[in-house]
Amino acid sequence: MTNVLIPESMEELRRILETHPGARVYAGGTDLLVKMRSGLEAVPPCLVCLERIAELDAVSEHGEVVRIGACVTHTRLLADPVATEHLPVLVRAVEVLGSRLIRNMGTIGGNVCTASPAGDTLPPLYVLDAELELRGGTGSRIVALKDFIKGPGQTVLGENEILAAVRIRKPRMFNLFHYEKVGQRKGLCCSAVSLAAMLRVSSGGVVEDAALAWGSVGPTVVRSREIERMLIGKELTAERMREAAAEVGKIVSPISDVRADAAYRRAVAGNLLLRLAARDGSSP
Amino acid sequence: MKLRFVLNGESVEIEVRPDRRVVDLLREDFGLTGTKECCGSGECGGCTILVDGDCRLSCLMLAAQLHGREVVTIEGLSRNDRLHAVQEAFMEHGAVQCGFCTPGMVLAAVSLLARQPRPSREQIREGLSGNICRCTGYVKIVDAVEAAALKLANGDRR
Ligand SMILES: Cc1cc2nc3c(=O)[nH]c(=O)nc-3n(C[C@H](O)[C@H](O)[C@H](O)COP(=O)(O)OP(=O)(O)OC[C@H]3O[C@@H](n4cnc5c(N)ncnc54)[C@H](O)[C@@H]3O)c2cc1C
Ligand code: FES
Ligand code: FES
Repeated sequence: MTNVLIPESMEELRRILETHPGARVYAGGTDLLVKMRSGLEAVPPCLVCLERIAELDAVSEHGEVVRIGACVTHTRLLADPVATEHLPVLVRAVEVLGSRLIRNMGTIGGNVCTASPAGDTLPPLYVLDAELELRGGTGSRIVALKDFIKGPGQTVLGENEILAAVRIRKPRMFNLFHYEKVGQRKGLCCSAVSLAAMLRVSSGGVVEDAALAWGSVGPTVVRSREIERMLIGKELTAERMREAAAEVGKIVSPISDVRADAAYRRAVAGNLLLRLAARDGSSP
Repeated sequence: MKLRFVLNGESVEIEVRPDRRVVDLLREDFGLTGTKECCGSGECGGCTILVDGDCRLSCLMLAAQLHGREVVTIEGLSRNDRLHAVQEAFMEHGAVQCGFCTPGMVLAAVSLLARQPRPSREQIREGLSGNICRCTGYVKIVDAVEAAALKLANGDRR
């Protein structure tokens, strides 16, 4: 039998993790319990559910920084005024994550720690330069998201360490926010390719700054400064985007799997840029 | 572990393995077989229950998580032999065929209407996005939820 423990404070959690070697934490269970049941993950001697630790469960504002507790569910994030005001690119991705039921249970921390190349919160968090607050027995540390994820399912989380919160600096310099995923159907679907984009577009329609990240086209999210630089200083037109799209095909390294083959993913990754040109630069 | 929670309005206490799935606990230990299991992996919504008023998947929750919570299953929805407005509307609109998805669909609709009393058809589709039906084709289900919203607004049913 697996023991299941549900601490109500960080202190209690710390004690549990120290005294139960091999314990595994979970939040909503929508990834872990599914994988355990299908045999993709080993069943640990002890499961520790984080859902009742109030400190992990809040969205707060600290000057220019928004801090999202790891156990904030997707539904909660969508209802949060700070998130909806300051983080539209993330909110758009969360809107299309799973279903209402999955969003009621799944958390941002679970999505990050699962480290799936298809995780919907990841491309937005990459363009937002998110930082992660990790908490371990001996203290806490801050790690940039891009340094946290090493590969599919692989993170730098240490033994007895948990993700406590995601920290994001409010993106002040952008005025166009976009997230799109392409998959086989609309609901309950992992993306075959996704794109998160934040642009600053001048009143004359020229791109002044750009942050772009693709999901599901490599072992981790792909953020490309090269492509970002290609767009800066150019007009946001379909023609310019088509030129950039051709380059995107060269920098991504998708795999073929049941959801899509590599060539399709490469083509779609570029084509998703075209949607940016169809957007009115002034709209949020 | 000794598990205490409120089930369909009654306090219950049961000695149970903490890692038992909630869907198994409800069906096997409490005999509440209205809660269905189909996929066991979060995709179909057949196992939907209400926990503290919001819809959850009982196939992805462990018994220990229920401690101190309030749980409603399809069996707890009617009062004094009177069906809930959503249940009635489902019958009236032919939103039930084989009935396998129905308990989950009804509970998801109840929680949707609790937070959004007059949803648009699009909002209904979105609110029920985690519940899959292989029989009715959804139009009748959306019709039923729309009608239930009206019934509830007119105050003729809970
Ligand atoms: C039917 C279905 C549809 C889905 N659709 C989508 C989708 O469209 N897009 C998408 O991105 N995902 C989707 N998912 C995956 C999943 O719902 C999300 O990744 C979700 O955000 C995971 O959160 P969770 O809290 O449930 O994670 P859990 O299952 O609780 O945990 C996931 C992993 O993270 C670890 N973990 C969790 N929290 C912490 C923490 N605070 N610190 C350290 N480690 C932690 C766990 O040990 C585990 O390894 C879907 C899942 C299902 C079952
Ligand atoms: S049985 Fe729980 S979602 Fe299908
Ligand atoms: S009525 Fe048969 S699955 Fe919905």
